Amino acid sequence: MSERPQPLIVGAGPAGIRAAQALVAAGLRPLVVDEAPACGGQIYRQRLVPDGRSSRDLYGSEAVKAEALHRDFAALAGRLDYWPQSLLWNLRDGRADIMAEGTSRQVAYDGLVLATGATDRILPIPGWTLPGVFTLGGAQIALKSQGCAIGNRIVFLGSGPLLYLVAWQHMKAGVAVAAVLDTAPFSAKFNLLRGLPLFPEIVLRGMRMTAELRLAGVALHYGVGDVRILGEERVEGIAWGAAGSERRLPCDGIGYGLALRSETQLADLAGCRFAFNARDRAFLPERDAAGRTSMPGVYLAGDGAGIAGADAAERAGELAALALLEDRGLPHDAARAQVLEAELARIGHFREVLESAFPFPPHWATAVADETMLCRCEEVRAGEVRRAVAGFGVHELNRLKAVSRVGMGRCQGRICGAAAAELLAHETGRDLAAVGRLRSQAPVKPIPLTLALDAHREAAE
Amino acid sequence: MPLLHRIARKDHRPIGFVLDGAPCEGREGDTLLTAILAQRERLRASDFSGEPRAGFCQMGACQDCWVALENGERLRACSTALVAGMRIVTGQRRAA
Repeated sequence: MSERPQPLIVGAGPAGIRAAQALVAAGLRPLVVDEAPACGGQIYRQRLVPDGRSSRDLYGSEAVKAEALHRDFAALAGRLDYWPQSLLWNLRDGRADIMAEGTSRQVAYDGLVLATGATDRILPIPGWTLPGVFTLGGAQIALKSQGCAIGNRIVFLGSGPLLYLVAWQHMKAGVAVAAVLDTAPFSAKFNLLRGLPLFPEIVLRGMRMTAELRLAGVALHYGVGDVRILGEERVEGIAWGAAGSERRLPCDGIGYGLALRSETQLADLAGCRFAFNARDRAFLPERDAAGRTSMPGVYLAGDGAGIAGADAAERAGELAALALLEDRGLPHDAARAQVLEAELARIGHFREVLESAFPFPPHWATAVADETMLCRCEEVRAGEVRRAVAGFGVHELNRLKAVSRVGMGRCQGRICGAAAAELLAHETGRDLAAVGRLRSQAPVKPIPLTLALDAHREAAE
Repeated sequence: MPLLHRIARKDHRPIGFVLDGAPCEGREGDTLLTAILAQRERLRASDFSGEPRAGFCQMGACQDCWVALENGERLRACSTALVAGMRIVTGQRRAA
């Protein structure tokens, strides 16, 4: 056993933690690499220092789960290697380039579990780059992890369960929430009733949060469209269309997001085959029910493989680890794997319900004005993309990137990629699946040039 | 008028740093992003048009919160802990 390199787990959120736990239980010693200074991922992110608030204050109804994950991961100390504040920036030839403690190291691995998580899905609107506009996830991190509000009078905009959760968390923390603007019609929420038999406690909790927001005097608007964020140097207000006229609301902070999108760059660098996923409106790495990809020894778990939430991530992490053990010919609990698969299937059904209750805005690509900034890194506007599509006859996303620079900036299209694909599909009259996906490039996030050179020199030796 | 408003850690230990040449104070447990935006309303200027920016995702994905130390080293503000004595420069518009 000892001659084989250790398994590598990327990400120490709910999926990565449960994967690590299952591998350690089987006697393996995985290496866990995570960008954050402490485990938990984004949803169960920990503070840098204690601040007098309880787990209940931070994680609400999910405090028990958060505490269990933090505790269980801490209990693995000594039986795994854990590199926090470390960036896995490249995968090549069975080796990972990892930046940690100011230097880059090459690590050989045998078995790779990618638990890379998700970020907010964004469709650009006028004013979205102004200071004071953050993603819903960003607003939540400021509140939970940094104990800060993104404004004294905040509007939460978009769709998805996170919209109401983040608004509710701010209201509970005593922050003034000016309004919740939901891009989906109110009628879509009736779809949640179909979720009652599956997960009554989640549906009822969502209804309670909405009711408490209303009771606290927070205005809830549905079917919001034609949104403009107002301000010159920072957010000063928000305007939206309602029944043929424009409504305006002053505010000094905005949280915005339209559900989540998976972080798939490392699966791409690992060579995994991708397929279009109509529900997530994105190309995702292919995987079987246990998380096996098209590449032997590479497994996926959690939101990085497709959006399903934290409860699913815990199960998928454990299941991927069990698959790894099975593929290595090691003892593994097949009955447990069956239970996990069944639970994931049930969560998958619920995810369909959520999608119908918080649908993707259907008309964004038609409506987005030419002057709206599409790519905030390279500062490419929607009109430039439209002209590039028409002028160069572009119908594929990487080609669009080459001629327009959309998605070419520091974020590698994490923020604008979904919108660029939607716009390209609309402009060319093609299906979203037909315009392709942005190819991932190493380094997956910016690293100092000196580090890359060090790693290169090491590899050459 | 700052962008971020503290609702916790208000009385944590102050951490001195220098922001664009002026002495400032953050709090123990701050990220650079928090320390700066708790007293300012911008972090940087966009690369091409010089528009004000103040981060977006706060989770290391959007890359829109890079600032620099006076020695030229670049730091992503949302994922860098504030350290006493840091000398940070922001708002530098890139030379054309």
